[in-house]
Amino acid sequence: MNVKLRNVSKRYGKDFSLKNVSLTFETGKIYGLLGPNGSGKSTTLKMIAGLVYPNNGKVEVDAEEVTRKICKKVAYLTELDMFYPSFTVGNMIEFYASQFSDFDMEIAEQLLIDMKLDRAKKIKQLSKGNRGRLKLVLTLSRKSPVLLLDEPFSGLDPMVRDSIVKSLLSYINFEEQTVIIATHEIDEIEPLLDEVIVIFQGDIIGQKNVETLREEEGLSVLEWFKSTMVQMEEN
Amino acid sequence: MTKDFQTSKPIYIQIADHLSSQIVRGEMRAGEKLPSVREMAINSGVNPNTIQRTYSEMERMGIVETKRGQGTFVTENEQVLKELKIRLQTDIIDAFVQNMKELGFSQEEMVEGLEQYFRREQE
Repeated sequence: MNVKLRNVSKRYGKDFSLKNVSLTFETGKIYGLLGPNGSGKSTTLKMIAGLVYPNNGKVEVDAEEVTRKICKKVAYLTELDMFYPSFTVGNMIEFYASQFSDFDMEIAEQLLIDMKLDRAKKIKQLSKGNRGRLKLVLTLSRKSPVLLLDEPFSGLDPMVRDSIVKSLLSYINFEEQTVIIATHEIDEIEPLLDEVIVIFQGDIIGQKNVETLREEEGLSVLEWFKSTMVQMEEN
Repeated sequence: MTKDFQTSKPIYIQIADHLSSQIVRGEMRAGEKLPSVREMAINSGVNPNTIQRTYSEMERMGIVETKRGQGTFVTENEQVLKELKIRLQTDIIDAFVQNMKELGFSQEEMVEGLEQYFRREQE
């Protein structure tokens, strides 16, 4: 399922979060959305998720203009904690299953085992790493055509990151899903990505295929990202 | 789990190199089935599209064969496997000679150095 941004701008007050951005995301690919803090990564994801509307331009998922109802097709992992502290892990799973018709209980059960999460534990008893894992369980258990992950690795230790990468690779359906990951942690996820997009101060300043970048320019994503940033700062 | 990759080389080639040396070392035998694209992706923490490209490239080189509906297998063509072994040897020698040249060693010094090395080994 295609995701398209056409000439999208978003302002918060006087400040531009995105300036006339056009992007296309294709089915079967994993995209990395990279950029420093405040560059517009989260805003981009929120617009695809129908949580924020553009001031100008159009956001489309599967040729349909995005509204709040797009959550039927779009699974969104926020960088924030979005749990009720008194819920148990099991309550959270049931809540998600009741809200989203594409929620797959079998996948959820398997992911709980993979991530070593205890159904009976209360959210407030979970460590930060385990809350991060739970967020991923909830998002990956949906068979949504579009998966948006906002900083899925932030603040998590390398073991948790590894288990997250493994689960992503195990449960993504590459024939049907499009995955967009916004992150700082470029090194960790480079081998996971098909394409990278760099946002800086609301502008798209580069889009590359990861392997082409290595083949033609001999650069890893991190090296390319840094050199692109240096150029921007010199201008 | 996630392997470290060199930055300047495409990941699909690095995985192909890794599999090739496993085959030459006999860790994977002629006719043996390779992991599925998904399994390989999970084990190495790499995008399945990249693994697919590794398998296609190795198939183009004749090192593996894909059998419809069954998976990908190491070739049983001994000629191809022999050539693969020689290619890996050539790669290592190329890299060795290049490094030695950069350090300023002549051909004679390299040969002499190797002979000395093997004499020490035997003692």
